[in-house]
Amino acid sequence: MSDQVPQPDGQPVLATHGLNKAFGALQATSDVSIDLRAGEIHAIIGPNGAGKSTLINQISGGLAPDSGRIEFLGRDISALPAQARAKAGLGRTFQISQLCMEDTVLENTVLGAIGETQGVWQFWRPALKTADLIARAEAALERVGLIAERDVTCANLSHGQRRQLEVAVALTLSPKAFIMDEPMAGLGAAGSKNLTGFLDGLRQEAPILLVEHDMDAVFALADRISVLVYGKIIATGTVDEVRSSKEVREAYLGEAA
Amino acid sequence: MRLNETYINAAVLIGLLVVPLWAVMVDEPFTITLATKAVILALAAVGLNLILGIGGMVSFGHALFFGLGGYAMGILAYHAQTFTMLDLGLFSTGGTKMMPIIWLVAIAVSAVIAFLMGQLVLRTGGVYFIMITLAFAQMFYYFSISWSQYGGEDGLSIYVRNEFPGLNTLDPIQFFGICFAILCVVLLLFSRLQTSPFGLALNATRQTAKRVETVGLNPMHLKLVAFVLSGAITGLAGAMFADLNRFVSPTMFSWHLSGELIILIIIGGVGRLMGPVIGACIFVVLEHFLGGLTTYWHIFLGLIMLAIVFFARGGVIGLLTGKEGAHV
Repeated sequence: MSDQVPQPDGQPVLATHGLNKAFGALQATSDVSIDLRAGEIHAIIGPNGAGKSTLINQISGGLAPDSGRIEFLGRDISALPAQARAKAGLGRTFQISQLCMEDTVLENTVLGAIGETQGVWQFWRPALKTADLIARAEAALERVGLIAERDVTCANLSHGQRRQLEVAVALTLSPKAFIMDEPMAGLGAAGSKNLTGFLDGLRQEAPILLVEHDMDAVFALADRISVLVYGKIIATGTVDEVRSSKEVREAYLGEAA
Repeated sequence: MRLNETYINAAVLIGLLVVPLWAVMVDEPFTITLATKAVILALAAVGLNLILGIGGMVSFGHALFFGLGGYAMGILAYHAQTFTMLDLGLFSTGGTKMMPIIWLVAIAVSAVIAFLMGQLVLRTGGVYFIMITLAFAQMFYYFSISWSQYGGEDGLSIYVRNEFPGLNTLDPIQFFGICFAILCVVLLLFSRLQTSPFGLALNATRQTAKRVETVGLNPMHLKLVAFVLSGAITGLAGAMFADLNRFVSPTMFSWHLSGELIILIIIGGVGRLMGPVIGACIFVVLEHFLGGLTTYWHIFLGLIMLAIVFFARGGVIGLLTGKEGAHV
């Protein structure tokens, strides 16, 4: 297990400063400053269309913010492309699985190991006969409980197994921070409970910025919650603080109740 | 019908070797020439299959590299046979008739052009990629037509086939042997590359570029390296094709040829090691036998394409192995 990256003076591992992003007249992200501290799960919740995915995409590098700064491990990564952020240790999972459907579970995970070792410029030795890559991939599959499916073609996996595989690929990268976009989406009650247990332990390894709709999971896992409404963070605090906030109730939880 | 792909691959190569050997025994040199043509077209299509089948880049301009290889051979051999100097600015050369040198030049020129072109075309995708690669090939096509120094529209004839140390290239079976050996080497490279870490990542780029970025790899770099390798292989095939015909003309740059290379791959099997080889054999056989019956033989090629697209998405290999090919 990789140790937490020590940040001097309790500096956050990951932080955004005044992020803004507009699509035409729609302000999808409005002056968002959030941070992720070592050892925590920081959940971002908000109604549909609040701009959660837009925010996540800006942090992971898929989308350029109009203004604002993103800092990761004390370094400004605002100008880095997505692959450079991943290389720097920012691991993400997607809301809609981004997996190679024609490839096996093992091949998908080995791709992560290739990225981690940056050993992609090898044209001769078969990837699936490279012991180091296989060991890294299998260790990750073991951890998410997908080792029995290692030779199954991804297209034949159940939805829940694909979610597990997304996490396994992220694990092969030994990230310094995880960004997870609705990892529970579409999981059944049992699957959701399993993954909740897994993420609970994972925070010791690297903090998790978690976007999630499943409120049971969020309340069970989150050290802190930020509530995003119309692109703005309207509250950040512990589970109890957010639950008892009048503003949040009106804007969001009230709707659901 | 489900057959092991390795056996099919071996059978195809053995068949491709046995036919010309048989032709030597019954003294049918034209059959050897046909087999050589199939081998060279296969080589060109293997180059395209690298980016199309593994990388998902549908280049509709690969005749560009085929033509570059052809003109590399034509220009070097032309200066050698006319004893004139080829002035390249920094230095000048009297050309050469040595195949290995010509091949290296063809590979280098194609690779450089692919690298430069890749900077631009790889930023596009889908139908734009198809069109911009076509546009590049057409630019070279029209340039070659107007390049009167090297024959312009009429092309350039090379009177004697170029030389290979220790072999008599004028003997059809010996020239076939050279081409066949090169095809085998490139097929070996292709099969290793396909399963290597690079091949796995390139294959992932075809399926979802986002995933590749997320593991910290740059899809652009992967695609660019594949594009350069692909162009180099097709360029090499172009030089050999020109040597087979002892003739180079702008038709080597034409979009018909780009289309034919794609068709070969689809008929044989997209992304499959032997797909281009099977496709090339079928193409040459059809062209010879049906082309003798009617000048409109492409109609039958079209019907085969229709049948493949509707009933055998993995091409001939897909049909035999029961496994579909790569989705592009």
